[in-house]
Amino acid sequence: METAELTQEEQFQTRIDADVRIEPKDWMPEAYRKTLIRQISQHAHSEIVGMLPEGNWITRAPSLKRKAILLAKVQDEAGHGLYLYSAAETLGASRDQLLADLHSGKAKYSSIFNYPTLSWADMGTIGWLVDGAAILNQVPLCRTSYGPYARAMVRVCKEESFHQRQGFEIMQTLCEGAPAQKAMAQDALNRWWWPTLMMFGPKDADSPNTEQSMKWRIKRFTNDELRQKFVDMMVPQAEFLGLTVPDAQLQWNEQKQGYDFGDVDWAEFWDVVKGNGPCSRERVQARVDAWNEGAWVREAALAHAEKRKQRAETAAA
Amino acid sequence: MQETHTITLPDVTPELRQQLFAYVLQLADTSLILAHRLSEWCGHSPILEQDLAMANISLDLLGEARSYYQYAAELEGQGRTEDDLAYLRAAVEYRNPLLVEQPNGDFAHTVVRQFLYDAFHYHLLVQLQAGPDRQLAAIAEKSVKEAAYHVKWSAEWIIRLGDGTAESRRRVEAAIGALWRYSGELTTPTATEQALQAAGFLPDYAALQQQIDAHVARVFEEATLTLPQGVFMQKGGKAGRHSEHLGYLLAELQYLQRAYPGLKW
Repeated sequence: METAELTQEEQFQTRIDADVRIEPKDWMPEAYRKTLIRQISQHAHSEIVGMLPEGNWITRAPSLKRKAILLAKVQDEAGHGLYLYSAAETLGASRDQLLADLHSGKAKYSSIFNYPTLSWADMGTIGWLVDGAAILNQVPLCRTSYGPYARAMVRVCKEESFHQRQGFEIMQTLCEGAPAQKAMAQDALNRWWWPTLMMFGPKDADSPNTEQSMKWRIKRFTNDELRQKFVDMMVPQAEFLGLTVPDAQLQWNEQKQGYDFGDVDWAEFWDVVKGNGPCSRERVQARVDAWNEGAWVREAALAHAEKRKQRAETAAA
Repeated sequence: MQETHTITLPDVTPELRQQLFAYVLQLADTSLILAHRLSEWCGHSPILEQDLAMANISLDLLGEARSYYQYAAELEGQGRTEDDLAYLRAAVEYRNPLLVEQPNGDFAHTVVRQFLYDAFHYHLLVQLQAGPDRQLAAIAEKSVKEAAYHVKWSAEWIIRLGDGTAESRRRVEAAIGALWRYSGELTTPTATEQALQAAGFLPDYAALQQQIDAHVARVFEEATLTLPQGVFMQKGGKAGRHSEHLGYLLAELQYLQRAYPGLKW
């Protein structure tokens, strides 16, 4: 028995190494299945919790055009949540169970959405920086080893790139606008820069899942590699906007052809991950309330569907 | 309604142009305020699919509001923009009917408000797209496709809630009890609407009312719900006399433009 299982596992790794996509009906190690359910559902939860900080500004957007763009964006995020829950379901997870885990605090979502949106410039910063970080994380996932996840990410990435450009455009408009608008943009960058760097996860040395995830080609780059790429990409964009990155240690390193930058406040990171971020309670509570207050609606829909089915059966008999 | 014939704006009298401006603004305000209400659901609805559906309807209505505001600004000819009209007018200048400014309440209130509006809106747009004002007809032609989707969504939910559980029936009946009294204003013409009807720009609201009644009756029957009878109908929104809800809504909607006037965003 044991040798047979080992062979199966070896065969699986051979397929991974040859970049053959794993599909729902293929054999996979239980730990691979579990890791993916955790990662994909966390990703799905991030999309729907992520609707809240931006949804916070839909009713206050400063022009009808911006309001329409923001509303369309938040609608896209709900759609991304749907694809990702579907991808997680191909692994045998149920959406109701995944949501129950989110509501109980057992499942995580991106730490970034535990920060408050305090000004209109935050909509620009979230699009520009947060979606920018998400894209760096997600583009490699278009080649991740699990087929349904990779295919979901292709669609998600197309829309995310669009959102990111829109976010940058908000920042550009603010930075080219009145001094009060420029100050609003700078303040937003000051508040979001470090939380965005935290989106790439703990340092490689403190990231227990990385090695196995890379071996299974769920992950393609380490957290620190992606964080470095992000800084190298964003600093010139901030300079273009005439904004200052809030990091006194930030400096171009000619030798590595990249920026050296200060260390993330890891104590804050772990506090937020543990549910003590500035909006952690509010975010989860909003989702729990929506779910609980919507229970009678879902029950009505089920009851009505059942009545229809029975009527159709009676009519057919 | 008169035989369709295309008019160009310079041909209309200044008086008619003023009336068209007032009417298009009323349509714009109506779509914007309802879009605003629906957008408040974002991230809070009973299930993800309905978050998507409500954001979708909200976005359609917002798009429609923008088209109407742009056209209204053109009719007015004073150099105002869609944003000036939406963000820099006070509650007493807003012309939306009372129904659309009502708070979301529970999902049943939102669905009932939506269905009463959609049933009116859909049949109105069918008529407007055949009207003599080319621009208004073009906006209606685009919007009627969206309104057909909206009324399908809200009617299906009226049926699900009415013919669902005892609890959903209780809630949808309570919502009908609260909101029915705002439905009459939709087809009660203002002086402006009467003038535009006389000039052949708007349909006869009595005939429109019959189409709406038939549509609502059909859906209520399938939902096993009783049609309210002899309800006193509130009105005033279309004349700028609103409920107390609108001031708060506009305070939120307009705050950035008010705080930082005259800027680009």
